[in-house]
Amino acid sequence: MTEIALPQHHEHEHPSGITRWLFTTNHKDIGTLYLLFAVSMLFIGGSFAMVVRLELFQPGLQFVSPHFFNQMTTMHALVMIFGAVMPAFVGLANWMIPMMIGAPDMALPRLNNWSFWLLPFAFTLLLSTLFMPGGAPSGGWTMYPPLVLQTGMAFPFLIFAVHLMGISSVMGAINVITTVFNMRAPGMTYHKLPLFVWTWVVTAFLLIAAMPVLAGAVTMLLTDKYFGTSFFNAAGGGDPVMFQHVFWFFGHPEVYIMILPAFGIVSQIVPTFARKPLFGYTSMIYAVASIAFLSFIVWAHHMFTVGMPLAGELFFMYSTVLIAVPTGVKVFNWVATMWRGSMSFETPMLWALCFIILFSIGGFSGLMLGLAPADFQYQDTYFVVAHFHYVLVTGAVFAIIAGVYFWLPKWTGRMYDERLGKLHFWLSTISVNLLFFPQHFLGLAGMPRRIPDYAVQYAEWNMLSSIGAFLFGASQLIFVYVVVRAMSGHGEKATDQVWEGARGLEWTLSSPPPYHSFNEPPKVP
Amino acid sequence: MNTSVSHYYVPASSHWPLVGSLGLFALTGGSALALSGHLGLGSFGMGIGFVVFVIMLCGWFGAVIGESQGGRYNDQVDVSFRWGMAWFILSEVMFFAAFFGALFYVRQFAVPWLGGSGDKALAHEFLWPSFVATWPLLQLPDAGQFTVAKQAMAAAGLPAVNTLILLSSGATVTWAHWGLKAGNRRQLVRGLWLTVGLGALFLGLQAHEYWDAYTLMNLRLTSGIYGSTFFMLTGFHGAHVLIGAIMLSVVLARSRRGHFTPTHHFAFEAASWYWHFVDVVWLGLFVTVYLL
Ligand code: HEM
Ligand SMILES: [Cu+2]
Repeated sequence: MTEIALPQHHEHEHPSGITRWLFTTNHKDIGTLYLLFAVSMLFIGGSFAMVVRLELFQPGLQFVSPHFFNQMTTMHALVMIFGAVMPAFVGLANWMIPMMIGAPDMALPRLNNWSFWLLPFAFTLLLSTLFMPGGAPSGGWTMYPPLVLQTGMAFPFLIFAVHLMGISSVMGAINVITTVFNMRAPGMTYHKLPLFVWTWVVTAFLLIAAMPVLAGAVTMLLTDKYFGTSFFNAAGGGDPVMFQHVFWFFGHPEVYIMILPAFGIVSQIVPTFARKPLFGYTSMIYAVASIAFLSFIVWAHHMFTVGMPLAGELFFMYSTVLIAVPTGVKVFNWVATMWRGSMSFETPMLWALCFIILFSIGGFSGLMLGLAPADFQYQDTYFVVAHFHYVLVTGAVFAIIAGVYFWLPKWTGRMYDERLGKLHFWLSTISVNLLFFPQHFLGLAGMPRRIPDYAVQYAEWNMLSSIGAFLFGASQLIFVYVVVRAMSGHGEKATDQVWEGARGLEWTLSSPPPYHSFNEPPKVP
Repeated sequence: MNTSVSHYYVPASSHWPLVGSLGLFALTGGSALALSGHLGLGSFGMGIGFVVFVIMLCGWFGAVIGESQGGRYNDQVDVSFRWGMAWFILSEVMFFAAFFGALFYVRQFAVPWLGGSGDKALAHEFLWPSFVATWPLLQLPDAGQFTVAKQAMAAAGLPAVNTLILLSSGATVTWAHWGLKAGNRRQLVRGLWLTVGLGALFLGLQAHEYWDAYTLMNLRLTSGIYGSTFFMLTGFHGAHVLIGAIMLSVVLARSRRGHFTPTHHFAFEAASWYWHFVDVVWLGLFVTVYLL
């Protein structure tokens, strides 16, 4: 511990107008920007999904051309992953981590501003491709060569957009790690850190280690297309399958980047509404760390059918199913936290509970996919689509929504409308299952993914799935209404603690909290 | 390494990040336009973007240097900068890892499979039955699409000399650091001059090597996977040497103006960490690209 000897300066400005948002170094403003950006991308990406489900409503080609359909599936995934889910988590980290650890702000506030302000430009590059000759990228978000190399004018825009998103997430991650390592209030030891903070530290590590690998992979695509290298061209001694290895070396950690912070959110909410401390705090941390470690040695489970030496198939199968162990530890601990708790079921808790159940379904289908011989059957079918939507929509997105309901009163100083929140919850939960559960059946029956037409025997489940999709999409409008109401100062005033069972530094601040969370290091209980 | 302070420091808001984003946007958008055939507009965007980006770097770092010299940063800020730099270097390591991984994969798997070994030999059987797997790979499966290189880059000669140069520059930068810590500014400035000079020498020799490769050896980016991995790995490394040398030059200029104290010199350390990182990557390159 070092005491400072230098004179103290503190910039106590509180800028207003547009420059407040453009030049801001304030973690709450930047968090708000991230969250607003994420929700707008959620709706843009969501509208792409609506096009997909509209086309799949009935067999036959009715609304869009196959080429446009492929653009929609590709852009939907890219926008949702890099534009909605990841920025939403960074936004939550920005808002909550400084308050949770007793810091005034993030450690590197200007870098923080830059991390955000790269995103609108990255997505301008990406979305502008929709209006280009040849259309948007349509070879799938996984960008496999040689197919992706046939992309038209959109190709370099896609690559550079990915580069900018990567720079943004790496800098955001550096900021989070540095903040947690260096800005904790005295007494806020590693064993007192809230789990949301812990999961974010591990996520940040994954981001720093994985995103640059994606940058390398897409750089090789770029040089293969324009500069005559042959990384993925067998005629020159390269290998198209090599791209898949490099991509999934990033790709699997990436899916954990999108779920670990969700674990963190749920680990904050469940103890609050069970009015009991989290069961197995230390084991939760070890579980997150081991999931993160394992996530680097399972990547080829996305490539079982591509062809690997037998030893490779076996290794990646065993390492993959091993992840179920720490994941099981987490689910067990959440349930044990609720055991004999004094539970109440406000909206955030409903979302968190539903997360636990539905995420587990996604985990189970993941286990099925992880068994190499079984995956030969499931690969590239709707079963995979069902799997990753259970983990990503009812997993990551549900946790983000839970977190927003949980922290909204703290951010705005207003309680949201509980009745509307519950309506939003029930409509979303019912429709999301209508949307994705039938896709398991479709996949097991053999319906391939990423195809705009299908055989007539798949008609019923597809129609149900599409109806679920439209309902789910429409239900999110309630969410926007609820949030906008609280943001514009309507609704009951929230107390500082907000929830009866809430514990932690962030709940000792006023609601809404002061512009700079803590000017002096707070006392940690 | 949690530093405790009685009062926190929060920097003022700044327009530089946004300027940086605009610069990168013009640079990448321009490059994309140029690559997709709109050369005029594209180069214009690239030019503007590059200039804006450089202005941003000068302005942003200038502001931070000014604040630092003004004594506004406490120890906690210093530690934050250190963590930031350390994690940034790790991300750079992972960027190189992608290319090293590619090199490993083609040498260990892809090329031998194309040559007919293992259980993935179908391409060999059906497409290029006469292809023989070797490394460095000069005879390609389908030479028609590529510039066939006449010979591979030997490790002895320039690369070996360059290894010595870069290793000694690691020593000189450490010598400069000793000078700084001992309050010996002459040693600091001399050490930095030497380091930057060695870095420049390295880059010059590298350029010479590339020239030879392109003209004498016919070894190019388009010479199949050997040329691809060779130029991409050494090329990205060279770019990082350039960045490191620029960082060290700024530190040199600041040292001559009397910046830095024996206890307070984050910028120096950041630049030297970066330099050592570049050094270590070169060692990896020398072994896996040239020697083995
Ligand atoms: C117990 C944990 C998990 C296991 C064992 C698992 C296993 C798998 C396997 C084997 C595949 C490849 C299926 C195929 O293409 O044939 C897959 C696909 C996928 N998984 Fe998981 N998974 C797990 C958890 C998750 C989580 C937590 C997420 C994200 C939050 C996720 C997201 C995805 C995505 C996005 C894909 C599809 C990628 C694509 O091909 O486009 N998974 N999973
Ligand atoms: Cu995976």
